Amino acid sequence: MRRRLASTLSASLVLAAGLGLAHAVLSLPPAPTGLRVRVDAALAASGVDHPVTAVLLNFRAYDTLLEIAVLLLALAGTWSLHAEPPAGPESPVGPMQDQLVQALVPLMVLVAGYLLWAGSEAPGGAFQAGAVLGAAGVLLRLSLRPLPGWRRPARYRAIASLGLVVFLAVAATTLRASQLLTYRGDRAAALILLIEAAAAISIGAILAALFVRRPPDLCAEREPNS
Amino acid sequence: MIFDLVLAPTLVWLAWRLLATPDLFEAIVLFITFGLLLVLVWVRLSAPDIALAEAAIGAGLTGALLLDARARLESRDEASPAR
Repeated sequence: MRRRLASTLSASLVLAAGLGLAHAVLSLPPAPTGLRVRVDAALAASGVDHPVTAVLLNFRAYDTLLEIAVLLLALAGTWSLHAEPPAGPESPVGPMQDQLVQALVPLMVLVAGYLLWAGSEAPGGAFQAGAVLGAAGVLLRLSLRPLPGWRRPARYRAIASLGLVVFLAVAATTLRASQLLTYRGDRAAALILLIEAAAAISIGAILAALFVRRPPDLCAEREPNS
Repeated sequence: MIFDLVLAPTLVWLAWRLLATPDLFEAIVLFITFGLLLVLVWVRLSAPDIALAEAAIGAGLTGALLLDARARLESRDEASPAR
């Protein structure tokens, strides 16, 4: 009886929240107003041609800096949990999966590179490229192959923190020149590409390491051939 | 427009199915499917960058993480059957 009451109550709460959300969404103005116009007006000086990339990497670059820091923090948190090693034997990798991974992973790296480069004019950018790289890393681990750079934990840590370090370095130089993370014109395009490249590599490394869960030092202790 | 009218209830029905099923594996597969349909939603909302990120992270990486978690849950249940 009490369980039915509780479930009815929660169902009606969820329904009320859903109706409120629908009302809020439907009462939004149909045409995009305000910010889109201002972004398009400032797009020429931002160094890229895609408004989303301009907002992410130039106008609101500070937010992206914090996002990359949060990703690194998530990795640090996951590693400090000292997860247990996988229990039981791992299922052997079939020949088709083996061959497929050999063909797919270089292709995924190429796609990630394209997404990184196309981010200046079309949908793409650092996060998308990093996500594809992370998925390639997951594919490698599922096929029982070592991640690149995993054998030397210090090097993997360097790769994972590269994005944040480069971003902070750029922020430091712009802080000395003018205000924090303000760059315009030709320098903007080069700086954005530099930040995005480093961030994509780091995000890929972080996402793949989040899948593996155990830090590379612990992995090396248990299984020397990883 | 018709595509949107088909897509929205499908998402709701899929969410209901994956929450109501007692089988974890089925729930995870439905979650991955949900993520892929959400990619279509993002494209319909004219947000292709989010669609790309959702496809890679929401459907790909989260799906792999959930399957890995389920495997560890099952192996732990097998190791200590006194529940």
